[in-house]
Amino acid sequence: MRTPQDIGGLPEGPVDPSEHMLNFWEKQADGLRAAVGAKGLMSSHESRRAIESLGEDAMERLTYYERWTAALSLQMVERGVLTQDEIDAKVAQVRQRLADTGELEMTPSEAEKLP
Amino acid sequence: MNSDHHHHDHDHDHDHDHPHAPPQPDDKVHSYYQILSIALKELLIEKGVVTAAQVRQFIEKRDSITPANGAKVVARAWVDPAYRARLFEDGNAAAAELGFPITGTKLVAVENTPDTHNVVVCTLCSCYPRDLLGLPPAWYKSRAYRARVVREPRAVLREFGTELSDDVALRVHDSTADIRFLVVPQRPAGTENLDEDALAALVTRDSMIGVARI
Repeated sequence: MRTPQDIGGLPEGPVDPSEHMLNFWEKQADGLRAAVGAKGLMSSHESRRAIESLGEDAMERLTYYERWTAALSLQMVERGVLTQDEIDAKVAQVRQRLADTGELEMTPSEAEKLP
Repeated sequence: MNSDHHHHDHDHDHDHDHPHAPPQPDDKVHSYYQILSIALKELLIEKGVVTAAQVRQFIEKRDSITPANGAKVVARAWVDPAYRARLFEDGNAAAAELGFPITGTKLVAVENTPDTHNVVVCTLCSCYPRDLLGLPPAWYKSRAYRARVVREPRAVLREFGTELSDDVALRVHDSTADIRFLVVPQRPAGTENLDEDALAALVTRDSMIGVARI
């Protein structure tokens, strides 16, 4: 059986060759993942395993660095570096702070994804 | 999926749906995962797992790596037969010789010739020789490229404007977390008088992925 990331050979439409510059947050996410990796807390195999474990829904709905971020969160909990409660509390705190400073600008569908 | 996505490029479909959206301003946070990313960074810094400086250094390092690195490797292989032999023998050692150390993955260089063309993909995700080419382009990570280039590579190459005649063998290399591939394109005719730097300037990112020729 194919797992969600195993798409080699499946029918798909034309390749869109346009370039896409990374956003600042995507660069941050890449740098954070690299720094955690350099500490020996997330190898490329662990990253791959964590991304694959996010399931088909995540493969379809999330963008590339959203998957990386979800995988990093999962890996930090599984490694015992962070707890899910700590992450949830910090997410709520960051969200409030960004809302207070006017930096948060979410669509309703994004806001629904908040825990 | 929500339809009112004005000035918001996260339409949560596939990576390849994004490129036409303008870059979003950096001063607004639009998605839950952006918040999660900020939260993870702050927690990991508070706990002393990483420092803000380390994260910044990795971002700067990533920004500093461009396909010019890979182009230097290719140009050296074109002008120096002994280097070329070392590159195909041990890609990591040959890249390190030019100041591009690659750790944790094995670099395999594959050579285009008049009768063989090579193209690289990572069907499972996005493995790529980042130390030589920088971050992969969006299309390399797209479902369409990953799914199709292993089944109908000539058609995919045609979409990039690369027409291979039927008597040229086409080899598709599927990357893994352990093995990364670098295509060494054919040296263009009429470049006998160019020096190494001028040759390197001819070598494009797409020619080192294998979707283009020079």
